[in-house]
Amino acid sequence: MIARELAFAVWVSLKTSGLAALIASAAAVPVALFLSGRDFRGKKIVLLVNQTWMAAPTVVIGLLFYSLLSRTGPLGGLGLLYTQTAMTVGQIFLILPLIVGFSYTALRQVDRRARLTALTLGASRRQAGWIVLREARFPLLVAVLAGFARAISEVGVAMMLGGNIRGATRNITTSIALETAKGEFRNGVVLGILLLVVTLGINILVQTGLRGRDGES
Amino acid sequence: MKRFHLTTRRSAAVFALAMALTLAGVGDSAPTPPAERTLMLATTTSVDATGLLDVLADAFKADTGITLKWIAVGTGAALKQARDGNADVVIVHARKLEEQFLRDGFGVNRRVIARNYFMIVGPPEDPAHVGDSRSAADALGRIRSSGTAFVSRGDSSGTHTRELDLWALAGGKPESAYLETGQGMAETLRVAAERRAYTLTDTATFYGLRGLAGLKPVYENAPEFENIYAVIAVDPARILTARYGEAMTFIAFLTSPRGQKLIGEFQGKAGRPLFEPLAAVAGVDLLK
Repeated sequence: MIARELAFAVWVSLKTSGLAALIASAAAVPVALFLSGRDFRGKKIVLLVNQTWMAAPTVVIGLLFYSLLSRTGPLGGLGLLYTQTAMTVGQIFLILPLIVGFSYTALRQVDRRARLTALTLGASRRQAGWIVLREARFPLLVAVLAGFARAISEVGVAMMLGGNIRGATRNITTSIALETAKGEFRNGVVLGILLLVVTLGINILVQTGLRGRDGES
Repeated sequence: MKRFHLTTRRSAAVFALAMALTLAGVGDSAPTPPAERTLMLATTTSVDATGLLDVLADAFKADTGITLKWIAVGTGAALKQARDGNADVVIVHARKLEEQFLRDGFGVNRRVIARNYFMIVGPPEDPAHVGDSRSAADALGRIRSSGTAFVSRGDSSGTHTRELDLWALAGGKPESAYLETGQGMAETLRVAAERRAYTLTDTATFYGLRGLAGLKPVYENAPEFENIYAVIAVDPARILTARYGEAMTFIAFLTSPRGQKLIGEFQGKAGRPLFEPLAAVAGVDLLK
């Protein structure tokens, strides 16, 4: 495997999974905030469904979106199957429940008094929500990073919706599957290490960004 | 509170920045003009696993400017992809499935491009004495009665289709010790090597792969083992989105002297030719 293809695989992994983590978080955190802030009928069922969805196998998510995005499927006109967009969409739905679940737990851990105090002191509902989010920023970040880790490490969605197309949708994990099939185990191991190094780098970057500010002020 | 506010924003910004930098960095180094012409190929696994398609795609791109993209899935799945409108052209090797595809009106302009052979590979000590067989059917019969495991693709691929035909000639599949992987040829060969089992493979994939020391060819050169690869364009009258012009350009390229030379000279990692070019043989499309 040549260096350019290797770099491209890393780039595809980072791009699709990074976007998936960002978009899924943008949707999941508000949902978790809503769920943590109030009790309503059927909330337990919502949480149960979310918890179950976390266990959805990557290939099931892959199959679902394959049927939707295939040319003969209901969304076939978009021509998205076997593109990076399709991979990102699949990964968003793969990690959404994970981020909702982790965020919900994170937000529930925030002392309820923080929210109540803010409301008593005249904060609006929205401002009180921000305060709870700030209080829970560390575990929320863990939720986002866990979603990213799940997305960048999975192979089922990437294979079924991306198709492992050279120079287009071949990412780190589908490359590993291919290199293993070809008997190039050394390449597979190198790619595996690369995946972990990339994830390590992202984690360090994000965490130092957070901690560094805390230390300064 | 102010402090926390800044902090959260900052870390979110760092994460977003990291993503944006990656996006921008690679975007600059690999610009892709939006008007790029591409062709989607659904193909049998052997031409991909051996690396032949890498060579052909590069040459095709250089000659025509068309980017070839492909998914390697096995003949049955490749034809299904084409029926679903997800491919513009297919490379396949199962005559019966191809005829059905053409009869159903999904494919046009089938051209034979190459040939190699199937063979039975198994443990080097050949516990079922397949090497002494008088025919392909006899070989499979020996495997069945010896009780040694046989690994099947089990994925409706060209190789799987041929394997089932051969079992029918041999009087039926084994009732036990018959393992179906449902995966590509390369994965299936690895399972056979690890389980010390027999399997049916094409010569190109077997010789084109590394690390298969646990297997050796035990029966080959039977007349039933000829393996013909063909390319078929998806009919744009049936699949409206099919890129027919690009597909026909690709077929012309594969069957041209240049394309045929590339196929015939391709050695991959094997250090020996893996495919025999066949398009230039007069009348072969009628015969095969």
